[in-house]
Amino acid sequence: MRHLLTTEGVARAELEDLMDLAGEFVDVLGRDIPKVPTLRGATVATLFYEPSTRTRLSFERAARALSADVLTFNPGTSSSAKGESLKDTALTLRAMGADLMVVRHGAAGAAHRVATWVDVPVVNGGDGAHQHPTQALLDAFTLRRHFGKLDGLRIGIVGDIGHSRVARSGIHAFSTLGAHVVLVAPPTLMPIATDGWPCRLTGDLDEVIGDLDVIYLLRIQVERGGHSGFTSLPEYVRRFGLDDERFARLHPEAVVMHPGPMNRGVEISANLADHPRALILEQVRNGVAARMAVLFRLLASPQEST
Amino acid sequence: MTSTDGAVIDAADVHRAIRRIAHEIVERHHGAEDVVLVGIHTRGVTLAHAIAESIAEIDGLELPVGELDIGLYRDDLDRRAGTRLSRTSIPVDIGGRPVVLVDDVLYTGRTVRAALDALSDLGRASAVQLAVLVDRGHRQLPIRPDFVGKNLPTGPGQRVAVRLEPIDGTQGVWIMDS
Repeated sequence: MRHLLTTEGVARAELEDLMDLAGEFVDVLGRDIPKVPTLRGATVATLFYEPSTRTRLSFERAARALSADVLTFNPGTSSSAKGESLKDTALTLRAMGADLMVVRHGAAGAAHRVATWVDVPVVNGGDGAHQHPTQALLDAFTLRRHFGKLDGLRIGIVGDIGHSRVARSGIHAFSTLGAHVVLVAPPTLMPIATDGWPCRLTGDLDEVIGDLDVIYLLRIQVERGGHSGFTSLPEYVRRFGLDDERFARLHPEAVVMHPGPMNRGVEISANLADHPRALILEQVRNGVAARMAVLFRLLASPQEST
Repeated sequence: MTSTDGAVIDAADVHRAIRRIAHEIVERHHGAEDVVLVGIHTRGVTLAHAIAESIAEIDGLELPVGELDIGLYRDDLDRRAGTRLSRTSIPVDIGGRPVVLVDDVLYTGRTVRAALDALSDLGRASAVQLAVLVDRGHRQLPIRPDFVGKNLPTGPGQRVAVRLEPIDGTQGVWIMDS
């Protein structure tokens, strides 16, 4: 594995390997000294062109727990405000000694482009509505820790699928690992082209909710135009929001996930977000370990080397 | 490698070496009650369990046995393909207790150096000693073992293969030219 740009086409063995590594890093993060010297001397650069709290912090925490140094690029206070291109910024950070770049950008394919410009590993930290592979990895890892495996799990992804890179990454990773994915959204929030996607589609949450092992709620993404996809927020909440009544119809072992940040009272009712069967903070915790696994695999032991 | 033909140390001698190391650990610690055995993956863990069994037979002591993976502490990571990590777990707090690190072969000393770093991140042992089945020489660091099964003079071009019954289905030590 040279880069991590997408979950599409990533083999099951590679996903399992990263989850195995993440399991060891959970142990490291639980120690009195939650830090190992593995990546001492390496520099991880984060280039985030879109607002992000948890993803960037999670990558930076992961890098530091492996003793790597972190270069943080912030477009708001930097030369990109003066019009520096993505390419020049990437080349500049490489020239400063970045050994790996984590790229988040509003344009689909941005991380792929960066990977063609620089000679170091690139991790896609989210590109437009396209992919967010480390989110899928941490979600799969969270499910594997909870259920033991993903094989046969029925996962319903609910919400603004059309604008969701979390959904696109998750669909491929979950199905590669043997889960059955169903996408639940009003037609206006479904992607236009879903041919060949390894999942089922429905517009009726209540039809499938009793069959689910996992209900994965997506954030209604106002900043990506989510509001235009339905007539009103109350209507969305009524048909697709997870409230106590719908929660009661879930399988008693079923769990609730959300990539954050949550709109309490929209996708999920305020009290259910704190329910013991909501794995939302578990996802955040596992995210650091999963990103450590990715950094370790890309920097410490590229598999094509001998 | 199904029989022990050509072995420089055969199965019975491996067993005797383990028993002798067990005796020496008990003797050196005047009873070994506080000692924690920590094996370095993979065969060091097997050896540590074998030493613990021997000590149980000798003195009736049940010593805790931990396992250590040093993959995160190596200084040659970029030269190792597809490093996999094994479990690191020590069932007791090593703080203030003597630890005996166990490995199959002592060679350059770099593995032990990494193990010492890994161990110090897990707690402050009162002392750390080193037990190895084979010391083949050619140290690159100032590290010496406290308990040795057998000293085997080897050339740097040679390879030492240790096989242990629980992992390999056969037992012994071989020297091979690589």
